[in-house]
Amino acid sequence: MSKVLMKGNEAICDAAIRAGCKAFFGYPITPQNEVPEYMAKKLADAGGVFVQAESETSAINMVYGAAAAGVRVMTSSSSPGIALKQEGISYLVGADLPCVIVSISRAGPGLGGILPGQGDYFQSTRGGGNGDYYLPVYAPFSIQEAMDLVFKAFDVADEYRTPVMILADGMLGQMMEPCEPIAKKPNITDHKWAANGQADKRDRNVVTSLSLKGEILEEMVERRFKTYEEIKTKETMVDNRVQDGDEVALVAYGTPSRIVLNAIEMLKEQGIKAGLIRPITLWPFPYADFQNLPSSVKNVVVCELSMGQMVEDVRLGVNGKLPVHFYGRTGGMIFEPEEIAEQVKKIVGGGK
Amino acid sequence: MAKVVYEKSRGLTDNPLSYCPGCTHGIIHKLVAESLVELDILERTIAIAPVGCSVLGYDYFNCDGVQASHGRAPAVATGIKRTNPDKIVFTYQGDGDLAAIGTAEIVHAAHRGENMTVFFVNNAIYGMTGGQMAPTTLIDMKTSTSPFGRQLEGTGQPILVSEMLSQIPSVYYIERVAAHDIPHLTKAKEAIKKALQNQVDGKGFSMVEILGTCPIGWAKTPADAMEFVKEKMLPYYPLGVYADKASNAGQGEVK
Repeated sequence: MSKVLMKGNEAICDAAIRAGCKAFFGYPITPQNEVPEYMAKKLADAGGVFVQAESETSAINMVYGAAAAGVRVMTSSSSPGIALKQEGISYLVGADLPCVIVSISRAGPGLGGILPGQGDYFQSTRGGGNGDYYLPVYAPFSIQEAMDLVFKAFDVADEYRTPVMILADGMLGQMMEPCEPIAKKPNITDHKWAANGQADKRDRNVVTSLSLKGEILEEMVERRFKTYEEIKTKETMVDNRVQDGDEVALVAYGTPSRIVLNAIEMLKEQGIKAGLIRPITLWPFPYADFQNLPSSVKNVVVCELSMGQMVEDVRLGVNGKLPVHFYGRTGGMIFEPEEIAEQVKKIVGGGK
Repeated sequence: MAKVVYEKSRGLTDNPLSYCPGCTHGIIHKLVAESLVELDILERTIAIAPVGCSVLGYDYFNCDGVQASHGRAPAVATGIKRTNPDKIVFTYQGDGDLAAIGTAEIVHAAHRGENMTVFFVNNAIYGMTGGQMAPTTLIDMKTSTSPFGRQLEGTGQPILVSEMLSQIPSVYYIERVAAHDIPHLTKAKEAIKKALQNQVDGKGFSMVEILGTCPIGWAKTPADAMEFVKEKMLPYYPLGVYADKASNAGQGEVK
């Protein structure tokens, strides 16, 4: 398929529709408004349903309903809106329902600002919803990758019966890049568990997250955690560019990792060898990559548009073997490659 | 040979009901279940259970079921109905669920004119959590969170849901009925059936508010609880049709 120039938020929708998304429920919030706008315009032509809900809470519960009925469904929002959706996300997990949730994150906390931010790493990977759960979180760094990951997210959601989140910062949502729309067919399966009427005379289906008996609920949660182990083994994704001879491993995800790549080029010119590790799945996190760093690596530097959240996972991965440093900007401020190069020089150079 | 004069509706499962003695949920379940069978829609119906005493409704209605988070049943129903317009979707919600935490969802589902059916059971209290004050609790009524009786000042008037929702132009049908005696149950059944038939016919948003009891939460015997509905609830919550586009009935024609 030939390349087209698309805005990130629109590319996400294009991939969703190609993945067989048949329902979208959302609520306006900057900087993701192009997502519901695109769906309002295009989803009906693809045989789908668009509803602008009265709130984020309501939107995620509409998602829950459509997912319970076995339909491929998506919602999108930004930071404070994702906070409101957490109740529904917990219920979706508890009822083992597949769906895709797009989070185009901005700076917080509270109303914060509308500039890009990465302060929602904890919100995405640790959840704000109640209970024992995780959900796969994909962090694209380009518009092409956003398309690929959104398409993949629908299949992963169905395969493991779990909500899947796409976490992209406001930069990715708003910028335009050439990209190639997805040509392959999605892997759409028949959901025998769906509560959509017993037209085929099957036994009745019930979708619920409730279990009043402790031993049964424990069994349900443990079964889900077995699935999580499978997800960790099969679905962990990382872009690891650290090579033998690199003395620094720089770690970043999403669009800021592109700034880090520029910093690495600058450092190279100045004789400092550094490589990037870019987690693509934030959960499951690619811990193993931090256990198996080349022996030349003496320092790990984590760069985030936050006060440091992913750095905690990096520390878990490195497990005390090497010093882990952090550099971040917040409030919607974006670091320059020079800033990062400067930090790295301070760390590795000593008096250099 | 013995002749069968009455049998349990096949619209109900064989699971024993978890409701307290004298509670009207069981009889209201029966009316809904019978209506689903009589309209021959049981096999294409999805029941949405709320948070509250009827959270286990999906164990009792003999059709597909989905449990919703507290107050969100109308949003969940919207998600199902919009993606499955040929199916029948009803929510079964209590007054804490629908009239407190779920007010936004019910107002907007009604406002959008969703082609769904809502059964709203109003027993003026939070039953499941142990008898706390609901927005529907009557003035002077004692509950565990209004131990001296509900006061107008600070808690307002009990919320009149049918009256409020009937102001919404997209609403097709709203009626308030009661479940405290046989004549009223007969009328309740008619309203329940009509609200489902409206959905079959694609008419839009229909709701039946059913005044029920909570003998445990009200600290009354089952018989006294039925009497309380008649003596105390009916005067504040007048029965009748609040909206019916089929007959152009409106709030002015409350029976």
